[in-house]
Parts: sequence; C-alpha cells; structure tokens
Amino acid sequence: MEFFNLTAHEVRDMLRNKEVTSVELVESMFSRIDDVENDLNSFLKTYKEEALEKAKEIDKRLSNGEELGDLAGIPIAVKDNMCTTGKNTTCASKMLENFKPPYNATVVEKLENEGAIIIGKTNMDEFAMGSSTENSAFQITKNPWDLDRVPGGSSGGSAAAVTAGEAFLALGSDTGGSIRQPASLCGIVGLKPTYGLVSRYGLIAFASSLDQIGPLSKDVEDSAIMLNAIAGHDRRDSTSANKEKIDYKKSLINDVKGMKIGVPKEYFGEGINDEVKELIYKALDKLVELGAEYEMISLPHVEYSLPTYYIIAPAEASSNLARFDGIRYGYRTAQFDGVDDLYTRTRTEGFGEEVKRRIMIGTHSLASGYYDAYYNKAMKVRTLIKNDFDKAFEKYDCIITPTVTDKAFKIGEKTDDPLAMYMGDVCTVPVNIAGVPAISIPAGFVDSMPIGMQIIGNHFDEETILRVAYTFEKNTDFNRRAKL
Amino acid sequence: MEFKTIVGLEIHSELKTKSKIFCGCTTEFGGEVNTQCCPVCLGLPGSLPVVNKKVIDFAIKTGLSFNCDIARYSKMDRKNYFYPDLVKAYQISQYDLPLCSNGGIEIEKADGTKKEIRLIRIHIEEDTGKSLHGLEDVSLLDYNRSGVGLVEIVTQPDISTSEEAVLFLDELKATLEYLEVSDVKMEQGSLRCDVNVNVVSLDGTLKSNISEIKNLNSFKAVQKAIEFETIRHTELLKKGENTKKDTRRWDSENNTTLFMRDKQHVQDYRYFPEPDIVDFEISEEWIQDIKDNLPELPKARKNRFMSEYGIPAYDANVLVRDKKLANYFEEICKGFKDAKLVSNWIMTELLRRMNLEEVTLEELKFSVEDLIVLFTQLSESKISNGSAKKVFREMFEEGKKPLDIIEEKGMAQISDDSFIEGLVNEVLVANPEAIEDIKNGKDRAIGFLVGQVMKKSRGKANPQMVSELIKKKC
Repeated sequence: MEFFNLTAHEVRDMLRNKEVTSVELVESMFSRIDDVENDLNSFLKTYKEEALEKAKEIDKRLSNGEELGDLAGIPIAVKDNMCTTGKNTTCASKMLENFKPPYNATVVEKLENEGAIIIGKTNMDEFAMGSSTENSAFQITKNPWDLDRVPGGSSGGSAAAVTAGEAFLALGSDTGGSIRQPASLCGIVGLKPTYGLVSRYGLIAFASSLDQIGPLSKDVEDSAIMLNAIAGHDRRDSTSANKEKIDYKKSLINDVKGMKIGVPKEYFGEGINDEVKELIYKALDKLVELGAEYEMISLPHVEYSLPTYYIIAPAEASSNLARFDGIRYGYRTAQFDGVDDLYTRTRTEGFGEEVKRRIMIGTHSLASGYYDAYYNKAMKVRTLIKNDFDKAFEKYDCIITPTVTDKAFKIGEKTDDPLAMYMGDVCTVPVNIAGVPAISIPAGFVDSMPIGMQIIGNHFDEETILRVAYTFEKNTDFNRRAKL
Repeated sequence: MEFKTIVGLEIHSELKTKSKIFCGCTTEFGGEVNTQCCPVCLGLPGSLPVVNKKVIDFAIKTGLSFNCDIARYSKMDRKNYFYPDLVKAYQISQYDLPLCSNGGIEIEKADGTKKEIRLIRIHIEEDTGKSLHGLEDVSLLDYNRSGVGLVEIVTQPDISTSEEAVLFLDELKATLEYLEVSDVKMEQGSLRCDVNVNVVSLDGTLKSNISEIKNLNSFKAVQKAIEFETIRHTELLKKGENTKKDTRRWDSENNTTLFMRDKQHVQDYRYFPEPDIVDFEISEEWIQDIKDNLPELPKARKNRFMSEYGIPAYDANVLVRDKKLANYFEEICKGFKDAKLVSNWIMTELLRRMNLEEVTLEELKFSVEDLIVLFTQLSESKISNGSAKKVFREMFEEGKKPLDIIEEKGMAQISDDSFIEGLVNEVLVANPEAIEDIKNGKDRAIGFLVGQVMKKSRGKANPQMVSELIKKKC
C-alpha cells in the first residue's frame, strides 16, 4: 500500500489499529524519497538508519500496549535552521556547512519526546532569507506541482517534502511568511503561531523579534496535532509566553456560524493578481454560505509593512549573523593576514549574495546618524501596525486575505530582481510585524497551480483560525495532491 | 601657567552571582580553560539568553548604596563589534535605560576635607572571554569568563587628583565588598578600572584632549597613570602642542602609558534593543525589599566604631576598609573591653605580620579567643608589653596557646612588692652615680635604673612598679 498521500492523523489511526507499523511508514517515506527526491531536492540530509531504529522502538512500545501521542512513530521533516544534536544544522549556508550543534532545539526535543521520527533536514533559503528556496547554498528545491517553478520559501524544502509525500509533516520557520507562502504555493497548510507561543530556543535566528516556528501539513488537523506538540512555555526562551496549555484538536469544529470576518481592502489593491482576488472572494462567499459574515475593513498602516519589515528584519539579522566570524566554528577562509582580514574573507566567502545584501542593509539602518530615521522609525510604525490589528480584532473574530500575490513563479524569474521578490511577501509580512497567528490553507487554483488563503487571528487565538480553516477545508475540495 | 587635572573613571566589577548573567554556568574564577561554558555563553547559533534575576538584584543593591535613582523600567541592548573574545560579536549591555543613574560617592581626603564624586550611571552587562596572547604567533581564547555578569559604573569627571581617584576606588571597593556583590580583586580582574584624563589651564584657555587609560590592574597603577598623564598632558600644552584623543595602556614595568589606538574615529557600536530579552519592570516592592536588606556600609560602620568603641577616626577607617577585618575587630571586642588596645594591636602587630607572611584572616593559626587571652594577660599586667609581642609571634607562627607560651618561657610578670623592692634596692646600691644624676634632674637615669632592675628580674618585673619605686626612693 502507498502511504505517501495520507495525512499524519490517518496513518496515526492505522498505527493504533495495527494496520501498519512505524517501520513500514519510515520505509515507505524513504522509498518515496528515492522516487522523487532527484526531481525535488527537498532534503539536505536524511537519516534512514537512525529513523528505522527509532521506528522499531516505537513499534515495540506500541505492541506493548503503551499509549503514545499523536506523532509517535510518524516520519516528519525539520527545516535545517533548527538545531539537532550532533547532526549538521546548516541554514543552507556554506558558513555552517559542517556545523554540528551540541544541543537540540526545544521543538526538536519536544517532537522526539512525542516519539515523532525525524527523517531529515530540509532545504531552505540561506538563513531563511528569501521567498523561493533559490538562495540555498547547496541546491534548488522544485515545486512538486510544476518542476520548473519554485516551491516558495524560505521553508521550501519542508513544503515540497510534505506536498510530495516525502514526510507526513514538517516544521518550518516564518519570519515574514516563510511557512505560509510556500504552503500556499505548494497547496498545503502552513501555520505561523503567535509570536511567543512556540519556543525559539535552538532556532538559528534570522530576525529574533519576528521568527516563529510552525507546522507545514497536508491538512488542518495535522497542523493542530503538530502545534499541540510544539507549543508551550520554555524557560530557555524569555520571549516565550507562559500560558495555559491548549488542546488545539478541540478547535477542529466544522462550524463557522455567526463568525465575523474582517477583510482588509489593503490586501486587494495593486500588485495582487486579479484571479487570486477573485478566488479569495469566492472562498469568502463559501464561508458566508456556511454561516459566517464578512465586511470590508481597513488596516490603514499595513501598507507600510514591507518597508518596516525590510528595516527591522535586516537590522536584527546583521547582528544575529555577526557571530559567524570564522573564529570558533563554521567556515573559515583558507588564507588571511590578521584577524580583521580573517573576518572579512570568511564572511565574504561564507555568505551568499542575499544574506550579504541584508547584512549591509541592516548594518546601515542601525548606524548612528541613521538609527532614528530608519530603525527607530520602523519600530514606531510597527506599533501602529500592531494597533491596527488589535483594533480590528475588537470587532472581528478573524481576518481573511490572500496569502500570496500570485501563483508560484518560475525558477530564476526573480533572482535578479530582489525588490520584486520582496514585494511577493506583502500579504504575509504584516502578520509577523503584529506578532499575531495566521494559517494558509488551499483555496483554489490559478493556471492549475495552488493558491492559499490566509486566515489571521488575534494574539494567542490559534483556536479560531484553526476552526475557520477546518470548516473551509471540510466544505471544499481544494486540498488536492500534486501529481508527481 | 597653572593647570588642573580632570579625571573620570569607568569601573567594571564582576558580580559574584553563582551563575552567569544569561545561563546556568558557574562564575568561579580559575577553572580549567573552556570548561565553564555552554551553548548560551558560547553564543552558539540558536541559543538564547535568559536574565539571571540575581544580577539585577546585585546592581540595584549597588545603586542604592550609592544613592542612585533606580529605574522602574529597563531593558537590555546589543552593543555590536567584532572581537575574538566576544562570542556573538555583540555584547548584551544597557544603552539608554541603565538600571541606576545619578548618585555619588563621598570621599574624605587626608586633610579631612570631603568631596562628592558624582556617578553618571550603573548598568549591567555580560563579560567577554579572555584572549591569551604571546604564544609565538597564536592567540588562544578562554571563554570561562564569557557571560559573567558585570556592573559598569561611570563617574562624572569630578576627580582632580590621583589621591582622590584612589580614595574613590577604595570607598567603592569597600562598599562592593560589604554588599557581597563582587570579589573586587583587581589582580584577578574582578574589578577593572579605565581612567579618562585630561588637563585644563586654570584660566580655561588651554585644554588637552582626553586620553583613556586601560589595563590598570592595581590602585597604585591608577594613581601612577594619572600622575604620568597629568605631566604628559601639561608638558605638551606648555610646548604649544596637544594630546591626541586616544586609548592608552598602562605599562607597569616602565611606569608609563603606551599608545594603543586612535579615538579620532569613534567606533559605531550600532546599539539597538536586545530582541531576545523582554523589557523588565522593577516594582517598588522589589526595590524596597532590597533596601530593607542592605547591610551596614563602611561609612556607617566607621561612625559606629568611633562612637561605640571610642576609637579614633583614623583607626576606625583602617578597620572598616576590610569587612572581614572589621568583623574580626568586633569579635575580639566582644570578649575584651579595651578597644583602643585591640585596634592598636590589629593595625600594628597583626596587619604587619599578615602582610609580611601574606596570610589572610581565615588562615590564622590562632583563634579570636587566644587573642583575647593574650590581651587580658597584657592589660592585667601579668606579662610585659615586650613579652606579649613575643607570645603573639609564637601564636602566629606555631599556633600555640598564649598561656602555654607564657608558662613555657616563664614570662609571667611579677608584681610582688617585696620582690621588686629587693631588686630595686640592690640596683640602687650598685649605682650611686645614677642616683646622683637623677637628683641633678637627669631623668634619663631613671630609665637606666629601670633597665637594670628588669635585667635582674629577667624581664619579669612589672616595669611600671619598678619605675615608680625608683622615683620614690631617689
């Protein structure tokens, strides 16, 4: 039997009913990887032997009648910017090509404790900077729907792996849309939780005040399962919220009656493909049909989101990435004359173009004399954008927008035009700036390529967006598998 | 033309919290290199800092002791620069919202005048690792110190002499020691001081550029560096030249400062708020709680010593400089009432021997009780002052009990009237010319006769009684 088109919760049920073993699931994943990985390049590393060992152990525990969690025995993939003890964690950068952290990220630790089986680390844009996974120093990941197109990014490897059935679930990270945008372009579900819901400990930082880890999955239920496993306070991350634990599976309710949805007009202006707009309006009509109501609203400061983001994120990145200096670990230039030359050469050779571009932007915007005009101003606008969302949530249960401006673009199409690439993030970035949660779910197709709808929730109200997403998914048939 | 010196100090003091400022690693000094580190204090990618609340406690304690204003809202910032001992290429420090600001330290100069040295701020930050240079072409790095909590204390340029600088540091050091927030050992680097110095002509027409002096590892070095720089700056101005705005290093072997780097182009640290640490609020209760638990500080203790024990200001000052020494003094005074005698003995005999043998109070071979016994013997005239010193020496060296030593050496002083009178008579008979001298007003002869009696008694006669008896008889 082929398992790769099934969801995590489906194979979980089969595991519990003894219709399949974890070893069989792992083997099926690796045979799928053998079949499609040459075309896709989703993974930077896989761990077949170790995965099989762990699967055996889980099978043993299951056959002993042990009650295990939803993820026990399920093969999953992890983006290569989350630390895994003794295993390369590269951020798809030459700089960290041989870096083996001596510790696990909190999310990795949690997943392992749940019995999930990490079968590999997935490709990404270098240090999560990019929207196409073309910025990886090692390989270009393809979109399973069309191998000439990008899977989105920066979590493109995770998105492609889940889409193609190389893993049942995957972790991504989202700083300006890096989970939701690839989920949208690959026709799967991607959830960026509220900032602070999931620990960032062990996630190699891109922009600390925006980064958040979340699931990429085939359906909404799988995202809820993954979120259950990774959410929660971590004393090692002081920005992680100390909140009561929520069971997100309880939000999987097929009912949106009486739900009030705000639809910001700013997301339906220039720069968004008309077919995408059309498709989102149709989706809204569907939700109305199911008992929800929506109104057009305005988030007046959202139009400043991109410039705000492209000041704050590079500023933090310029500082976060300064530690890669060739002194203690990571890439070091072969020849140098003195310590300053060592820094310069190491960083010139070790980082890719996009990373260097953002380091320079960030360094500049923090420089004394420019700080007030850029960083400080951006922080003020950030507050205004946040206030826009807070105000909207006083009246509406959730906000719905397109996730992306258009379908997946062709590989190489935007590589020479970074601004065009940045513009593609216009729908997802405001959510990170405000720190609120958002989920992208399949909402239709443009030219046979999947398009996602973004449902945005209030701070720590993942429950509402999961419920709306679940209802929509249950009453439509956009959630289809790519033919590969 | 007359010039005055203007000095401001920047002091870094390592906080002796059990663990480092952002992780659980120990702060202990002297561990094997690179054994007291973890992903956090090594700044490994993905690791995150979590503030050690004790560090904030210690900084507030320090601030309250110097009458600083304590911030009710504060945050951490990143100071970005590249250096091999700085693991993240940024130091987590505080920029525009330091925990403590204003306040000051009052110093008392040798002539008794008092002066307030104002503080600008006290903030918390993490220490860097340590570079070990000089091994051929390589530099080695030890990160045990990386992430140890520091307070940085910055003064206004209120200091005008090397004496004032040393007095200020002395008061600061004593206070930090009393607060038990730092080991304040300059030689181990737990107290570090940078000096900013320049000179200005009294008429205000000439002014040298500020030099910053680093690598000062003792109070002596601070003092000498200020003196050296004062002369260097003054001479350049007199020649019609000026100093360069620079950073210099103290060379203790040659008693000189050496140029390190130019300060014309100020380094841009690109400070910005640390996104990994949430801003913190400091409640009134928190501050009040620390206030309520502040220990007695050196100044207050000095005043109490003067009033409670009746010892002079000079003695009290010497004693309270060192918290342990002051405690030791008070311990002895619990069992022995003549506090002046105790302070005299501590300041002369005890400290002299301790400095000579490089012994600390904890390492003394005798107990407080032993000293009390010795002092009691002395004050009750059971032994002479000279004998007491000898006894003390044996206590110090061998750790023997004072009474045993007195017994062993037969030092017990004799105050028996008839015995002493017999000896005095013998001596008077043998020295008629001395009696003549005394009658002629030559008092020195009394001393001579007392000496003769003491010799005959082999040091055991009570010299005071002998002297009185001789005066009476002549």
